[in-house]
Amino acid sequence: MNVLLKAHQDSIMTRGSVPRFTWLPALQEELARLGVKLGEAQGESLLPARLFELNSRDWGRAAQEAKHQGLRWAGLWVEKPGAAFIVTACFEKQGDHALFRTRVADLDPELPSHTPYFSAASRLERHAADLFGIVFTDHPDRRRWIRHQAWGEGQFPLRRDFPRAGTPVPLTPPDNGYHFIVAQGEGVYEIPVGPIHAGIIEPGHFHFLAVGETVLNLEERLGYVHKGIEKLGEDRDPAGLARLAGRVSGDSSVAHAWAACMAMERAARIEPPPRALILRAIFAERERIANHLGDIGAICNDVGFAFANYQFGRLRELWQRDNLAWFGHRLLMDLVVPGGVARDISNGFGFAMIKQISALRRELDELRPLLAENTSLQDRLVAAGVLRKETASALGCLGYVARASGMDFDLRRDAPYAPYDGLPVEAVCRGEGDVAARLEVRYDESYVSLGLLEQLLEALQDGEILAPWKTPPAGAEGLGLVEGWRGETLCFVRFGEEGRIARYFPRDPSVFNWSALEKLIHGNIVPDFPVCNKSVNGSYSGQDL
Amino acid sequence: MDWILAFLETVLFASLAPLLAGWIKWVKCRLQNRKAPSLVQPYRELAKLFRKQPVVADSASWLFEFAPYVVFASAVLSAAIVPFVAAHMPTSAIADIIVLVGFFALGRFFLALAGMDVGTAFGGMGSSREMTIASLAEPAMLMAVFTLAMSASTTNLSTAIDYVLNSGLVLRPSFIFALAGLLLVAVAETGRIPVDNPATHLELTMIHEAMILEYSGRHLAFIEWASQIRLMLYGVLIANIFLPWGIAHDFSPQEMGYGFLAIMAKLLVLGIILPVCETLFAKMRLFRVPEFLGFAYLLSLLGMLSHIILEVGN
Repeated sequence: MNVLLKAHQDSIMTRGSVPRFTWLPALQEELARLGVKLGEAQGESLLPARLFELNSRDWGRAAQEAKHQGLRWAGLWVEKPGAAFIVTACFEKQGDHALFRTRVADLDPELPSHTPYFSAASRLERHAADLFGIVFTDHPDRRRWIRHQAWGEGQFPLRRDFPRAGTPVPLTPPDNGYHFIVAQGEGVYEIPVGPIHAGIIEPGHFHFLAVGETVLNLEERLGYVHKGIEKLGEDRDPAGLARLAGRVSGDSSVAHAWAACMAMERAARIEPPPRALILRAIFAERERIANHLGDIGAICNDVGFAFANYQFGRLRELWQRDNLAWFGHRLLMDLVVPGGVARDISNGFGFAMIKQISALRRELDELRPLLAENTSLQDRLVAAGVLRKETASALGCLGYVARASGMDFDLRRDAPYAPYDGLPVEAVCRGEGDVAARLEVRYDESYVSLGLLEQLLEALQDGEILAPWKTPPAGAEGLGLVEGWRGETLCFVRFGEEGRIARYFPRDPSVFNWSALEKLIHGNIVPDFPVCNKSVNGSYSGQDL
Repeated sequence: MDWILAFLETVLFASLAPLLAGWIKWVKCRLQNRKAPSLVQPYRELAKLFRKQPVVADSASWLFEFAPYVVFASAVLSAAIVPFVAAHMPTSAIADIIVLVGFFALGRFFLALAGMDVGTAFGGMGSSREMTIASLAEPAMLMAVFTLAMSASTTNLSTAIDYVLNSGLVLRPSFIFALAGLLLVAVAETGRIPVDNPATHLELTMIHEAMILEYSGRHLAFIEWASQIRLMLYGVLIANIFLPWGIAHDFSPQEMGYGFLAIMAKLLVLGIILPVCETLFAKMRLFRVPEFLGFAYLLSLLGMLSHIILEVGN
């Protein structure tokens, strides 16, 4: 194993010497030709991303050119520290993240939209418009998204003057003014599903237009689990924010907590000790495996193949029981803390974990042919819910959804952060884009994660697990980027006075993957929706915040 | 006296139906490496539903409350017709197999109406799917039944059983085809995997369950009980027509006792075969169901043809 690691020391070196941001000069040149000034901000606070400031007039044109240059739109957040709004958008290409930032005046806050160029931007812009009251002038969809009818016309919850407790009304008005897309014609009918579903899942409304059993259109209406996480993050101390981040989406606890801690540590210029970083990666890979196991079983269950559900449910349960025994929490919550991790493992646990890893690998080997060779199962999964690569890339899809459609991107490999910068990470990529491909990607990623776990345990050296916290100056900001089990998990944190949080914005990969569900269901039949939905498995909580 | 016996037999049939459902569930759990609930769990669930107050939607008409009774009554009447422990009950003398198919259709008709009655999207969807399947399953079932009827020259079930018993154990291609066809129909009609999934919570994939989503309390209990009776009806029909050995011919206690043990043993075996199939297969895509039932029809038709070609001359 050490030999393996050594061999990869070389590849790290080459990766380290790969010039980053190679696409940037072309973009800057093209923008300069259009008269758009892209001024790089001073300071290194948001590294490894690079920050560029531009005039709000040029906001739309910059996005248009970014689209032209093949950048991916990766997120947008707003801050309002004083009189003006600060709007930041994140773009990515070849693993390099660039942030565009602009200021919008308090009075009549208007900004050109990115949605005409990046459909991925639509929902996050609506989110920002709902919570801050910024008007995105050429946004094609002005309907409320997160701010359902419980808030009045002029109430914008994320503005500083809005009380954290809100202004509760005795009875929330019915959310019945939402105009869904309609279709007319003989035999076209609407099927409203949810927001309350059978089974133990989160609330979300799906509005189908169908002819017979064929889906003409699916429209999602989310926001039913809006908990005001961004607002709750304000004025917390770093440890409190890490706790909150671990609860953005229960199944992505490690990913969000790590992203938040990474952002805070970068803002505070703290380097967690190596042992803590490796332990974080162990938690993240364990979380990935647990969720993939659960999903594989659940996908099979949605087509009535209960056997797989029970088998994979059993494996997931055993895995999570070990989480509880070794780390004190089934979902590994509150283990990632600012500066390091909260819990160490002794060497005896490492040995037990190695044994458990090979046991799981054996079981996965045994179960795989049972799924692959069951024709009645494959008949349901193959060619169901196909997401083409062009659609996936236009919507900015992430994680297994993107990789099953041929978008070969994994932060752990393409923008490696410690400890993955010292490990060979294989990104699993397939091209079919159907439910079967998304299941296969999960299966193969589980194997990759098992291998990574072994290497991480091997690389685990004795040492500290917590770096002392240093209070960063007011205004310090940081960006966290972690490949969670659902995909790239982004987190922005800005500190205020006394080391308290002034702004917290987590962006779950589900934000983009939910839109993919609307597209991949086209032409499928209504009874195939549950399995297509499960194969995407977006987080309601992570998207609603 | 005979009528009392016939009545008792029907009561026995209806009261044993949940046990068969419990047995199938038990086997299925064991096959999936799970701890199984007790065999009498279906009884407990029915008792629980009977105790609960039914909740009826505001938009429901009288039909909604009426339908469970029709569904249950038609299931019980069908149970009276099918020879269970003994052949030649007076009930089976007054109704033949075409009446049986008619009872099935009656129950389904009311269930489909009730599904649409409340006006929810799922109920309508379930009714539409159920009728699609029924329109294909019924001809296949009739064709299988007619094959049998042509061999035995009767549509009366007891007489047909006599015919099979009298001709002894001979390998009739027509019967094998008809049996295969009827098995496929039974899977579709009782809403089992691969056609429908009785254990799902996903409204969008449901067929039978979607129609009864709005039911609760004793209404739901009657419907659940009726579907358990229907499942057992198909089991008894298949077991007693194609393998009638052991059925009682007179109403002496000894004959009846043997007859009871024989049918129980047959159902026990059928109750293993069904969950094995359910565990091996995933549910098929909805639009594959017509192909599946088309195949059932084809098998039944082949049975009919092979009867005419191979067996009529003899």
